[in-house]
Amino acid sequence: MTVREGAGWREIPRGGLILTAGNATAYKTGAWRTFRPVWHPDRCIQCLLCWIYCPDAAIVVKDGKVAGVDYRYCKGCGVCATECPDKAHALEMTREEAGGET
Amino acid sequence: MTTTAVTTGTVNPNQRRVALTGNEAVALAMRQINPDVVAAYPITPQTDIVQYFSSFVADGRVDTEFVTVESEHSAMSATVGAVAAGARAMTATSANGLALMWEVLYIAAGSRLPIVMPVVNRALSAPLNIHCDHSDAMGARDSGWVQLWSENAQEAYDNVIQAVRVAEHPKVLLPVMVCLDGFIISHALLNLHVLEDAAVRAFVGRYRPDHTLLDPERPVTVGPLDLYDFYFEHKRQQAEAMSEARAVILQVAEDYTRLSGRRYGFFEAHRLEDADSAVVVLGSAAGTARFVVDELRRRGRKVGLLKLRVFRPFPGRELAETLARLQTVAVLDRAEGFSTAGGPLFTEVRSALYALAEDGGRGPASPGAPPLTMNFIYGLGGRDLDPGDIESVFDRLATAVETGSTRTPDTGRVGPLIEYLGVRE
Repeated sequence: MTVREGAGWREIPRGGLILTAGNATAYKTGAWRTFRPVWHPDRCIQCLLCWIYCPDAAIVVKDGKVAGVDYRYCKGCGVCATECPDKAHALEMTREEAGGET
Repeated sequence: MTTTAVTTGTVNPNQRRVALTGNEAVALAMRQINPDVVAAYPITPQTDIVQYFSSFVADGRVDTEFVTVESEHSAMSATVGAVAAGARAMTATSANGLALMWEVLYIAAGSRLPIVMPVVNRALSAPLNIHCDHSDAMGARDSGWVQLWSENAQEAYDNVIQAVRVAEHPKVLLPVMVCLDGFIISHALLNLHVLEDAAVRAFVGRYRPDHTLLDPERPVTVGPLDLYDFYFEHKRQQAEAMSEARAVILQVAEDYTRLSGRRYGFFEAHRLEDADSAVVVLGSAAGTARFVVDELRRRGRKVGLLKLRVFRPFPGRELAETLARLQTVAVLDRAEGFSTAGGPLFTEVRSALYALAEDGGRGPASPGAPPLTMNFIYGLGGRDLDPGDIESVFDRLATAVETGSTRTPDTGRVGPLIEYLGVRE
């Protein structure tokens, strides 16, 4: 059972029960962000430390390589920018201007 | 009907008469229910329940997994986990133990887990006191638990068995507290009727949860983050479940009457039909009050008693309809809410009467002014309530009828409505 956004109290499972497995992707947390990681592909050394440390799953990896940040889920915690090696400095935190999921 | 009295007039033959303390009676009910899990921590005056039950476990008389924990917070947490995993689970506590369960009480109710917990009512510290009052359960009155109250060991036994069915009903799925007065009920011997084990097992049936944490075919998440987008809807569901509990409590009581011959409802109305004045009480005080009512009736005074059994959900409408035509009502609270506006039982009874009066002639009750109401706080920390105290309450009510006002020139009164019964000035 998938809960529809905006569903009324009669339609949803009781007590906050979630009846579908693997449902975290349905919960977009990007709107929480106040700081936005900006990825500079030209500086990236592809060590994948950001991908390892990201507490969500917001570092996009394609064919074994970092390909960007998924802003639908990134909460802006800044762990990726902290873990990115100083010599590369490929992830920078900037102030989120408008918020949102893109 | 909602106004049913407890009677042992017709005892069904599937019972035997035994002398038990309240705690023994509760432990016996738990043995007969045979829950899958009991997680508990001992605290006076609840201790015997857990002690007796642990001996049932040790003697192999139940199939229960007995979890000894290091605190009541853990007792309730383990119980929550067990029920979420699909087990029928119980615990029991008193006073500060209940207070230590605090946050988990809300988790049990909010997660809609049908736990049954006897609460042996005892005063909350400080100062330290082990004796009876209702401050523990009254503090938990808004935690989302159903509350059934008992006058004696018989009712405690009967309530525990009924509570299982109420809690687990698909329309309810809420935890239930069964309240019994510390020492006065828990440690006093009473001759009571108990059912056969098989009858109790058949009555409570098997617990068949629709979702459990231990079903790998249908995985569920229990207790997730639930923010402004859905939390409110879940609270609305919870309120609905508490409302549904009203009909379920009465239905279960009816089924239980067929089994035991003993009748239960939201409350017992004793000699209220033609009464002018009445007292409203919870718990063991009802026995004393009933004695005084019968005594005063012999002297020609039109007095009565309303003994509330179900405090959550609060049967306000039914209670108000029963009391509406009286001239005066005294509500006895065994807890000081410190609101300065009356004890917890008083404020709810008064509010219910006011709502009915607002309803005017539309309800079955006669229109007009509601009864004069007074609040008496009594018995804190185990202070005795004797027949003379109850008689003095009826005398105060008689004065109120004569003067048309509940006000008196007493000193030492906190608010205009509250009097303290049995305190030394």
